Amino acid sequence: MAETATKKKKPGRIAMPEQEAKIRARNFLEVPTGYTVKMAQEEASRCLQCKKPACVAGCPVGVDIPGFIELITEGDFTGAMRNLWTKNALPAVCGRVCPQEVQCEGKCIVGRKGEPVAIGNLERFVADYEREHGTGELPPKADPTGKRVAVVGSGPSGLTVAGDLVTKGHDVTIFEAFHKPGGVLVYGIPEFRLPKAIVAQEVHFLERQGAKLEVNAVVGRTVSLDELLEQGFDAIYIGVGAGLPRFMNIPGENLVGILSANEYLTRANLMKAYEYPKVDTPIPLGKNVVVLGAGNVAMDSARTAMRLGAESVKIVYRRSKEEMPARNAEIHHAEEEGIELFLLTNPTQYLGDEDGRLIGMECLKMELGEPDDSGRRRPMAIEGSEFELACDLCIVAVGSGANPLLTSETPDMELNRWGNVVTESATGKTTKKGVWAGGDIVTGAATVILAMGAGREAADSMHDYLSLGW
Amino acid sequence: MFKIVRREEMAQGTVILNEIEAPLIAKKARPGQFIILKANETGERIPLTMAETDPSKGTITIIYMVVGKSTAIFRDLQVGEGYQDVIGPLGKPTHLEKLGKVVCVGGGTGVAVLHPITKGLKDVGNDVTCIIGARNKGLLMMEEQMRRASHDLRLCTDDGSCGHHGFVTQVLKDVLEKEDIKLVVAIGPVPMMKAVSNLTKEYDVQTMVSLNPIMVDGTGMCGGCRVTVGGETKFACVDGPEFDGHQVDYDELMLRLRAYAAEEKKCHSDYCTIRDAQ
Repeated sequence: MAETATKKKKPGRIAMPEQEAKIRARNFLEVPTGYTVKMAQEEASRCLQCKKPACVAGCPVGVDIPGFIELITEGDFTGAMRNLWTKNALPAVCGRVCPQEVQCEGKCIVGRKGEPVAIGNLERFVADYEREHGTGELPPKADPTGKRVAVVGSGPSGLTVAGDLVTKGHDVTIFEAFHKPGGVLVYGIPEFRLPKAIVAQEVHFLERQGAKLEVNAVVGRTVSLDELLEQGFDAIYIGVGAGLPRFMNIPGENLVGILSANEYLTRANLMKAYEYPKVDTPIPLGKNVVVLGAGNVAMDSARTAMRLGAESVKIVYRRSKEEMPARNAEIHHAEEEGIELFLLTNPTQYLGDEDGRLIGMECLKMELGEPDDSGRRRPMAIEGSEFELACDLCIVAVGSGANPLLTSETPDMELNRWGNVVTESATGKTTKKGVWAGGDIVTGAATVILAMGAGREAADSMHDYLSLGW
Repeated sequence: MFKIVRREEMAQGTVILNEIEAPLIAKKARPGQFIILKANETGERIPLTMAETDPSKGTITIIYMVVGKSTAIFRDLQVGEGYQDVIGPLGKPTHLEKLGKVVCVGGGTGVAVLHPITKGLKDVGNDVTCIIGARNKGLLMMEEQMRRASHDLRLCTDDGSCGHHGFVTQVLKDVLEKEDIKLVVAIGPVPMMKAVSNLTKEYDVQTMVSLNPIMVDGTGMCGGCRVTVGGETKFACVDGPEFDGHQVDYDELMLRLRAYAAEEKKCHSDYCTIRDAQ
């Protein structure tokens, strides 16, 4: 089919149907509604089945992309799922939240002259189809090794490690500080982008595979790493994610109505505050909302504010659109939903009323100068360009630093000067014997798939250690 | 589930005591640390500092005032029932050291939080004077426990129905005048902690307060609990909950505590209406 396609006019990429922007901007249902079988097979047939697939090289966990896509064209969705599972414990998640445009799809040969194969959409299709129609049969598992592994944190990297090691026959226990597993997939990424039922299902799959789960367990407080080792865990993986939210450090930041994106999204997602008062956790409802920052977390915050009934939502970012770190799809969706981009704008102070509530902020216009250390052009203030922006809710999404909770209780594990855990690259080994780490606690805030990639590498190294020794 | 093994009503039913089975937390908890409780699936995460822990029984005790919907739900939990989630111990423990003469000042349910700290300060060899206050005699809490935990207990009520007629600060001033006090620990409503800190500043006596701002996760992730201490933003959950009383911006803290006042009021009254109808 690929051959005929090259001779005739190439078929275009099959767009995934979506809820209409005006409607979805006011509900929490998932935005893209998924491929039908016909759409998936049509899209799958656009794959050239390259001998040396560039897409696989672009995937941090090395999914056999042509392989699972071929199984879709053959209608063997269970086979496609099995294939995905060999490399990726969380396909339903990755299909939705990976930045495919800079990974697999960015490398796709079809994409050189047209639109790349919609690898993410296909991955999502397989996972969703199997979840709804599959037999639920578990993939094969190695015989028990008798080795016990503690995974600290149930976010994407922890779940990857747990999945890999439980399949290799180890006895895995996942410790989660929150009352629900999933980490950033549950507290950070909104329902309309990643339905929580899907995350619950992925975790449940690991439990069916034999992994144990302890919620409400704050490692570093409820139990220390050394106590886990004393309790007989042979190896530990730390995947506790990013922690302390960063703020702007400008005057007025503690006014009521200024929240970190972590807090805002945790209220909305983990605590389901968008259903308030049906649930007990409130969330501030802004009429005029400003979100500071331009990454995926900023887009998630802005789109959540819109869904909670805001009259206006503005993204305020000090660089230009080109430098926005968010996935293209997120920026596109946000703009479609009526979110305004206030680019080349930097707040200098917050303004409050006599009750200490936010009423606005003062901003400066910026222009781009020479590239800085990050390679991006440095934003510089334009003198005399001050202006006021009225707002009653501001969500600060400018990143987060390392959480000291666990690391401060573990003095024999080396940290870098930002408080991130120092690990050996390619294995994730920390300087503490029997302890590995990966994801945001090592790299600083990054993406779900990079955390999973780090988890995969660490799991391989941990398996070697458990089978062969340090 | 974290089962309630003992439940008492105090201060004319406005304050509730729950002793809860939580062996891991009981084993680890130190004076000054807090936990987060969530009653049920739709519940809110509520931070409360522990009043007592019993590692041998594997229990922790909380004492709280019923102020909103979430604490009203807590109040309705009976012995044998329990909390869906209890997380902890969180925050830094109190730094306990022998200093000499110290004064512990408690108001309202702050007395419950003050209790293990008072006991701890006495245990390491300090001479502990305790001043506790309430609006009236019926609302005074834990009088007997506080008497045992300290060397000298002074009581105050706003209406004079028990002990000194007036505020804790008046009794404290008297003590500060007469004795060489090395440390004052003040735990209670924010205006009380502010008044105590203003007073001890005059006498240049080191003062420690325990703060209970609004928080979600309690592990340093949300930043909802930020307070200004000495001009710097601190997170009460990981940097506290105890801070130098002379450095805390109490006015900001009071404003931040009112962030959800309107929602809380409505939610609580709706809950009580439904509950009473049943």
